[in-house]
Amino acid sequence: MALIAAAIVAILALSPVRAALEGVMILHMLVQIPLLAVAGGIGAVALRRSWRQSLATWNRFGLTGTLLALVVSTWWMVPRALDGALSSGTMEWLKFVTVPLFVGAPVVLSWRELPFIGKGFVLANVLPMWAVVGWMYVVAPVRVCNYYLVDQQVTAGYGLIAFAIAVGITVVAIGSVPFKLAGHGAARSARQTST
Amino acid sequence: MWRRTVLASIAVCVAGGAALCIGTDGFRALTTEQARRLSIARDPRTIPDAMLEDQDGHAFTLAQLRGAPVAVEFIYTRCQSLCTLLSAGMQRFNTERSGPLANVNLVSISFDVDGDSTPRLMEYATHYGAGGGSWRIARVRDPRDLPELLRAFGIVVIPDGAGGFQHNAAVHVLDAEGRLARVLDADASPADLARASATTWR
Repeated sequence: MALIAAAIVAILALSPVRAALEGVMILHMLVQIPLLAVAGGIGAVALRRSWRQSLATWNRFGLTGTLLALVVSTWWMVPRALDGALSSGTMEWLKFVTVPLFVGAPVVLSWRELPFIGKGFVLANVLPMWAVVGWMYVVAPVRVCNYYLVDQQVTAGYGLIAFAIAVGITVVAIGSVPFKLAGHGAARSARQTST
Repeated sequence: MWRRTVLASIAVCVAGGAALCIGTDGFRALTTEQARRLSIARDPRTIPDAMLEDQDGHAFTLAQLRGAPVAVEFIYTRCQSLCTLLSAGMQRFNTERSGPLANVNLVSISFDVDGDSTPRLMEYATHYGAGGGSWRIARVRDPRDLPELLRAFGIVVIPDGAGGFQHNAAVHVLDAEGRLARVLDADASPADLARASATTWR
């Protein structure tokens, strides 16, 4: 698993792949960055049990991890950050490090622990936020990214709205999953408390 | 039990909030263009002294124009969108000369080194009524100086895939020392320019 995660990041870091994905705004936002997060998530699954357990003491009910993922993913939605990743090597490095480690991994480590209300709260805030940011990209009277054409900005905006809707539908479609996970989480913390 | 989580969560909120705040100049600059304008207003930038050439083929540098307010724009003559707005604005600066703008130097610099020859610049100047040395439609004499000039101003030019370009469009105001001191919206009025010149010339 850890190898798969490393391989995804390594492939994304190859310069032809980077150029192809970063050359188009929607691929940068909705393919490269999500794949980096997925790689981080896969890496987290591969973490040794003892590590996960010691991390969990800092992350009860998934609170810390959820906050971390929220802050860092918000950062990478700011148009200036996207531009920065293209114009500055440091920002590009920062993206390749922070998205897997501080978005993908904490989501995986936290989501199951997060109480049902927490899940609902996160989804009810994050999905509309994506859609609103997407809508702003569509209707913005100016180009928000200096490194992307204005029509790419519109496409990326619609893409972001579609992405938010798709994630929403997925969560609703497997609506029982959050309940089950919430149940697991509760059961596990109950077990932990009792031992 | 909760202590570590609470501490870690507070740390995440503080560090994350600080990062977001610093990274967006206190939430004032969410785009590169806003950030550029803030940074220039805060710390005026020295501009490389590239040799330019106006529509008459006369060589000049921006530094030589010191002594009167200078407004600089970046365009290319085939541009059908933003540059027409920029040049229409320049035309107004050029015709409505009064008060602090009486002797303002207007410079439109083309970044299309291949497309914009001196005769092309002349045609463009004629179309907009630029001439007499008060409004120079210019190009960089040595194309190799262009990237550095654009970088200093913070202008990003990307090909639009249809033979043209997209670029950040704005009015750039130089101060008395010839430094880039203010950036105004592309549709800035003569009053806006007069105000910006007045503040940068104090």
